[in-house]
Order: sequence, then C-alpha cells, then structure tokens
Amino acid sequence: MQPRIEPDSTTGTIDIEQIRQDFPALHQQVRGKPLTYLDNAATSQKPKQVIEALSRYYSYQNSNIHRGVYYLSEQATAAYEAARVKAQRFLNAANPAEVVFVRGTTEAINLVASSYGRLVLQPGDEVVISAMEHHSNIVPWQLLCESVGANLRVAPIDTSGTLIISEYEKLLGPRVKIVALVHVSNSLGTINDVKHLVGLAKEQSAVVLIDGAQAAPHMPIDVQDIGCDFYTVSGHKMYGPTGIGVLYGRIELLETMPPYQGGGEMIRSVTFEKTTYAPPPAKFEAGTPHIAGAIGMGVAIEYLEQLGWDFVREQERVLLEYALERLATVPGLQVIGSAESRASVISFTVDGIHAHDIGTIVDQEGVAIRTGHHCTQPIMDFFGVPATARASFAFYNTVEEVDTLTKALMEAREVFG
Amino acid sequence: MEMRDLYQQVILDHNRSPRNFREIEDADHVAHGDNPLCGDKIKVYLKLNGDVIEDVSFHGSGCAISQSSASLMTIAVMGKSIAEAEELFHKFHGMVTADADQSARRKELGKLAAFAGVREFPARVKCANLAWHTLHAALCEHAEPVSTE
Repeated sequence: MQPRIEPDSTTGTIDIEQIRQDFPALHQQVRGKPLTYLDNAATSQKPKQVIEALSRYYSYQNSNIHRGVYYLSEQATAAYEAARVKAQRFLNAANPAEVVFVRGTTEAINLVASSYGRLVLQPGDEVVISAMEHHSNIVPWQLLCESVGANLRVAPIDTSGTLIISEYEKLLGPRVKIVALVHVSNSLGTINDVKHLVGLAKEQSAVVLIDGAQAAPHMPIDVQDIGCDFYTVSGHKMYGPTGIGVLYGRIELLETMPPYQGGGEMIRSVTFEKTTYAPPPAKFEAGTPHIAGAIGMGVAIEYLEQLGWDFVREQERVLLEYALERLATVPGLQVIGSAESRASVISFTVDGIHAHDIGTIVDQEGVAIRTGHHCTQPIMDFFGVPATARASFAFYNTVEEVDTLTKALMEAREVFG
Repeated sequence: MEMRDLYQQVILDHNRSPRNFREIEDADHVAHGDNPLCGDKIKVYLKLNGDVIEDVSFHGSGCAISQSSASLMTIAVMGKSIAEAEELFHKFHGMVTADADQSARRKELGKLAAFAGVREFPARVKCANLAWHTLHAALCEHAEPVSTE
C-alpha cells in the first residue's frame, strides 16, 4: 500500500500537489510520458519563486554591485548582500563575512585547497579524506599534495557504505593538517556524523572542511554546532540556480588566507609595486560575481525555510522507505549502500543489465535517473561495479513516481529477459 | 521509438553471450577504448596475415550496446582485408550517426544493421561506436587509448 504523506502538524496545510505547482519543470511530458524526475542529487528543479527572482533581477535590477553610486547599483548591492545574510542564517554562521559566494562546491573546495592548503601544508604533512568522497573532494587535494609534497590519506568505508570510524581515528596523526569529508554521500546516500568526525579531527588540531553539497537540500545545517572550519554548498542542488554556491569559512582563517584569484572587487588598493586586499568575503570574490545567482539562491533558502525541515525530512523519509520496499520487488536488483543513517538517494544495479541500459529504458517511460559512476569512481571500485543507476528523491516527488520507476524497471527486466 | 527497436534480439543475444570474447596471446595489434564517463572499456586484439584480419577478438565491460557492438564487429571483420574492415567502419559510423535514411546501405551491413536504432538515442551512439573506433586504432597502431565521448 502506498503511504500517505501527513500534513505538516504546524501548518496543517502542506499539500504535495500544491507544492508541485511551484515547480514548472515537473509539469511536462518527455517522450510522450509525464516527466518523473528522480535525479535530484545531480540537480534539483527550481521553484517559480527562484525563476521569477532571476527574471526580476535581469528585468529591473541589473547593474554591477559595490561600484555604482546610482540607484540601480544600490538596489542590486543590497539584494546581493541580503542573499549573503540569508546564506549566513541558513548555515548558522556567526558572521556574514564568513559567507563567500563561489560557483559551487567544486570551486569552494578548490579555493580552500589552493589558498589555505598552500599556506599551511609542508612536505610530509597529511590530508585526510574518506573513501566515499565525490571527485571534487579528492582531486583538489591530490593536486595540492602533489604540488607541496604532502600525502593524501583515505579513511575506508565498510560494505554498507559507512565510514569505519576506528580506521579514521588511526589516520588522525600529528602530521594531519587538513581533513576533508563529505556530509552526505551523493552515490550511497550515507549521512556522516560530521560533528563527531570533526571533534575527532580537532583533537589533533586539524582544520576540517565539510562538503555539504548533498546535505543542504535535505537537512538543517549548523556550522557552529558541527564545529567545522569550512563548509561548502551548491545552490543548484538546493532548489537554487546553477553557477552559485557558498563557501563558509571561519573568519580567523579567511583573514589569514591569501586570495584565490586576483582582480577587481577583491582589492583595497592597487599600485604596480604593491596591492593590498579587501577583507573577507570580498578578498575571495574577485570579478563581478553571479549576482542574479546569489539572489536566486537566497530565494531558494527562503523557500526551504518556509516549507520547514520537518516537512522536507518526513516527505523524503517516506519516499526513501517506500522506494526501498518497491525496488526490492524488482528481480535481480541490488541496492548499493545500506548505511543506517541515509538521505533519499538510492544507488542500485540490476543483474545482467548495465546501468546505462537501465537509464535508456526507464527514460522511455519519462523517468529521469542518473547512471554511471556519479563522480565517485573509487566507490564503484570498492563495490566492484562499473556503474550504478541512482534514483534520488526530493520533497516534491511522490509515491506514485516511485511506482512509475518500479514499473519502468520491470520493463527493463522484461526487455533483457 | 520502441525499446525493442533499440534492444533487438541480436543485440541482447550478443550482450548475453559475446562472441570472440577472449585474448589473442600473439596478437599483432592491441588497442584500448575507454569511455570514462560511461565506464565502458574495451580492448581489441588483432592478428593479421598480410593485410587480412586472420583473427580478431575483444575483452571489456560495458552496456549492452557497447558489448554487442564489439561482438558483432569481430564477426563482421573476421577474414576481411584491412580496407574492407575500414569500409565497414565508415558504413557503420554513418548508419548510427546519420539523420538521412540509410536503408539502402543497411543491407550491406547485414547483422550490423541491428544498430540502426541507436541513432534515435544520441547519448548511446558513443556506446555503439566505441569498439569500431578501437578497431580502427588497432589497425592504425595508435598507442593512445581511444574514446568516443
């Protein structure tokens, strides 16, 4: 039986169909079938509030920020800085100057690796990551370690896709200067207890970055409670525009770090002999930023706040449980990753059918899922699979959509015999 | 477009039991093909006798389209001259990428015509082509792995 989503107890009015009305992309036919969008971990769809904010900005507010003394520039600057405060509130950062707008999590991690990493890392020092990192939280550290002669250490996971804490602890020696861990795994759905993991790293005085790209759409984030030094999010995975994200950094660190890119906006004064830099966050925002994107991300944050985490989490919990139950009925289907604490992300394989063939067949039923290695090749190697199919759910998905996916998978089973 | 137009019986059959799926220990030419975004990997082995393909085989892993394409390719070029194999490569490439109706030429492709449906699936053309590009690289003795992504 399909579970019903209970109305939110605080408002009593949340209706999933009403919420879906906010997302224009969900109401279209693809290949002659209604779209069933289950690739939310790759990017989420955008509510019309966000789309309208972008349109409004380009229609009526467009101007460069922090420069003009005229009306439009003042308006755009105010809207951009208001978005920063929204992001500060969203992450519970102590200070808006700790919120640096970047292109997304990838750029945020590269910024930290290039700026902070090069500042502190000495030959022989160590950087610790986990075996469930996205390539964006592996490659920047590899590049850094190669360039300074430091060593990258990888904390292993078990077959459920859970970090082995005792092994992680063993890696935390005195040479460890930086620890970089994913909050929620994009391919396994595993939710790491980042507060605990940060605490352990702090005993060795390591600086800790948490990749929150997959956490921010699913749960409230409190960087002060987590105790991390850096936290990264991508706007487009949390119902905002592409090309915008946030790097949270503790102000003491941001102040000591050298700039990542040079250019306009990030300077205090420039002469050919010597340039001095603006304080954070401007120091890390060289050039004209994605003003519309930041404003749109701010609107997405407000949208999530209005929905409320209780609703989001409950809806996604119901979808995850129901999907696990339904997918188990598909012959030969194996779920990859079974961590106790997990987000609404399910990676799976089907015996005798490669993930790409699954993807193509369910696409004919209008079902959009991701297939491939999900930018986590080491995880694929660990589980001994070349690729997986991945369904990832957002609060706007429905149990009927889970049924559509299941039916499409049965069809794939039938085609392949 | 029906799924069975893409996943024809011959494709499913060669995916399940790929032919010439083996190494050739004394191969004259070996080439690697790799579509890293997909995860499709292939290795093509060639043994030549003058300019005739005396033996051809492959190893690899990937989706049904890439595996069956490799399998059917080995059958199609076995015993052919290098020039004939290259001609088949161009015909096959034309069939899976061209918009125009290639039905006249399809007849010349025999069982390989099963892949005609692939051109309706732009994201999958690279899967069908990988083995052929790898064969081409083997014939040309390219040292670098090829990719169709």
